[in-house]
Amino acid sequence: MTEVFSFEDYGRLLALVHGSLVAAALLGVIGGLVGVFVQMRDMQFAVHGISELSFAGAAGALLLGVNVALGSVLGSLLAGLLIGLLGVRARDRNSVIGVLMPFGLGLGVLFLALYDGRAANKFGLLTGQVVSVGTVQLGWLAGLSVVVLGGLALIWRPLTFVSADPEVAAARGMPAGPLSVVFTLLLALAVSVAVQVIGALLVLALLVTPAAAALRVTASPVLAPLLSAAFGVVSAVGGILVALGTSVPISPFVTTISFLIYLVCRVASGRRARRGWGSRDVHPAPAEEAVDNSSHMSLR
Amino acid sequence: MSAPLAAHGAAVAFGDRRLWGGLDLELAAGEFLAVLGPNGAGKSTFLRAALGQQPLSAGSMSVLGRPVGRPDRTVGYVPQQKSMGAATPLRARDLVGLGVDGGRYGLRRRSRAERARIEEALAAVGAQAYADAPIGLLSGGEQQRVRIAQALVGDPQLLLCDEPLLSLDLGHQRAVSAVIDRRRREHGTAVVFVTHEINPVLDLVDRVLYIAGGRHRLGTPAEVFTSASLSDLYGTPVDVLTVQGRIVVVGTPDHALAASRHHDLPAGAGALHR
Repeated sequence: MTEVFSFEDYGRLLALVHGSLVAAALLGVIGGLVGVFVQMRDMQFAVHGISELSFAGAAGALLLGVNVALGSVLGSLLAGLLIGLLGVRARDRNSVIGVLMPFGLGLGVLFLALYDGRAANKFGLLTGQVVSVGTVQLGWLAGLSVVVLGGLALIWRPLTFVSADPEVAAARGMPAGPLSVVFTLLLALAVSVAVQVIGALLVLALLVTPAAAALRVTASPVLAPLLSAAFGVVSAVGGILVALGTSVPISPFVTTISFLIYLVCRVASGRRARRGWGSRDVHPAPAEEAVDNSSHMSLR
Repeated sequence: MSAPLAAHGAAVAFGDRRLWGGLDLELAAGEFLAVLGPNGAGKSTFLRAALGQQPLSAGSMSVLGRPVGRPDRTVGYVPQQKSMGAATPLRARDLVGLGVDGGRYGLRRRSRAERARIEEALAAVGAQAYADAPIGLLSGGEQQRVRIAQALVGDPQLLLCDEPLLSLDLGHQRAVSAVIDRRRREHGTAVVFVTHEINPVLDLVDRVLYIAGGRHRLGTPAEVFTSASLSDLYGTPVDVLTVQGRIVVVGTPDHALAASRHHDLPAGAGALHR
C-alpha cells in the first residue's frame, strides 16, 4: 500500500481499457440526459430502488451462469414497470420503492451467497467492474444506450410538458400516465447500464449528480441536458483515466469527480442568485433567500 | 359561429351530493364571465368540466360546437398559481413555448414564425424583461403573466382562468386583468374567470355565474348581486351593499371561512367580496 498512484505503463493500460472508456462515455451521456427528468420529476429515490432490483437480476444471472447484462436489464425493467404502474403519484411511488428496494437487495445478496465463482464478480456488481467490460458486454451497453437515446428524443418535449407543467398539459389532453411509464422504463434501461459499469450502490453519481449540478447553473432547456451529459462523461471517463494509475477501484474516482463538479456548480449558482437573472433586478422571495444563504454557509 | 362555451342542463354530482345542476349557459364571443361562490361550491369543477376532465352527471357541455373532452390550442387554460420547482430547466419564454409545441413528439427546431409568436405573447403581457429568467425564480405576479402568455400564444377562442388573481398584490391584479380584458376586446376571445373576489374585475364582467349550495344564479352583476337574489340562493337573509363602488356581501353562511381567509379584515365582517 506504499504506492497508490503509479502511472508507469499507462499507455499499455489505456489500450486495454478502450472498451471500458467507450462504455463510460455512453453511460455519461445517457445518465446525464435521463438525470434531467429525474430532477424534474423528483425520482432520485426511484433511481436507487431500480438499481437494487437490477443488482438482484444481475446476481441471479451470475448464479445461473447466464448473461449478466440480460439479468440486470430484466431486473431493472421489472422494477421500472412496477414503479411506473403502481406509483403514478409521488407518495405512492416512494412507498412502492421503499418496499421493493430491500426485497431486491436481499435477493441479490442471497444469489451472491449461493454463487461460488470469482469473488471479484460479486463485488463488481455492487461497486463497479468497468475494467472488465468485454466486447459482448459493450455491445449490450451500446444497444441499450441507443434505445434510451432514441426513446428520450421521441418523448422529450411532451415529457417536459407533463413533468414541468402538469395542469396545463392535462388541460391540453397530454397522456401523462403513459408518458410516465415510458420514461420509467427508459430510466430502468439507463440504470441497468449504470449498474454494469459503476455498480448498483453508486448509480446515483451518474444519474442524479450531473443533472443536479447542471440545473444549478442553467435553466435553458437546451443547455441543461448538454451540460448534464458533459458532466456525466467527464465524471465517468475521467474516473477511469485517474483510476488506471492507481490500485484503487474506479468508482470512488467517478463519484468524487461528479461530486466536485456539483460543488463548483453550487458555488457558481450562489453567485448568480445574488447577481440576479435576466435584465431586471430580481429580489428572491425572502423564504428562498433564507434557504439559499444557509446552504452557502454550510458549504463554507 | 358556435358558442365558445355552452352548457345544456349540465350537472355535476359526487354520489348524493350535487355541486351544481340544471346549468344552461351560452357564452358569446368576447364575453367575460366571472364564476363566483364560496370555497368548495364547485367553481373549479366547472372549469374542469369545461376541459372535459370532470364527467357530467347530467346534461352536456360543448366548446366551439364540439363536445368537451378533446382539448386543443383553441382553449387556453391558466391554472391556479403555484410555485414551480427551482430545478425546472425552463425559462419564462420556454414555458410559453410549451404552449406552441409542448404536445409534439420528436426533436424539432421552432420556426421563425413560431418564435415570433412567442415574443409577441410575452410582449402582450409585458414579460419581456424577465423572458430569460428561470420560471422557478419569478414572483407570483410575474409567473401569472407568463402563464397568460402561454395560454394566449395558442390564439385561443376560449380562455379558462382558475383564480388568476390569487395572492397577487393590487398592482399585479390590475395588470393581469387588463391583459385578459384587452385580449377579449381585440380578438373576441371569450373568458371564464373563476374568482372569489368580484371587485377587482367588476368593471370588466359581462355576466356572473354565482354557485352556492348546489344551486346557482346567472346574470349581469346588477342582477345577481342583489340582497334578494343572493338571499334566495343561500336560503338565508344576505345583505348586498355597495360601498364606494365596491360590492360587499354580508351574512352568508360561509362567512366564518371567508373571514378567516381575509385575515386583514376585522373579524365578523362577513363574506366580503373585495
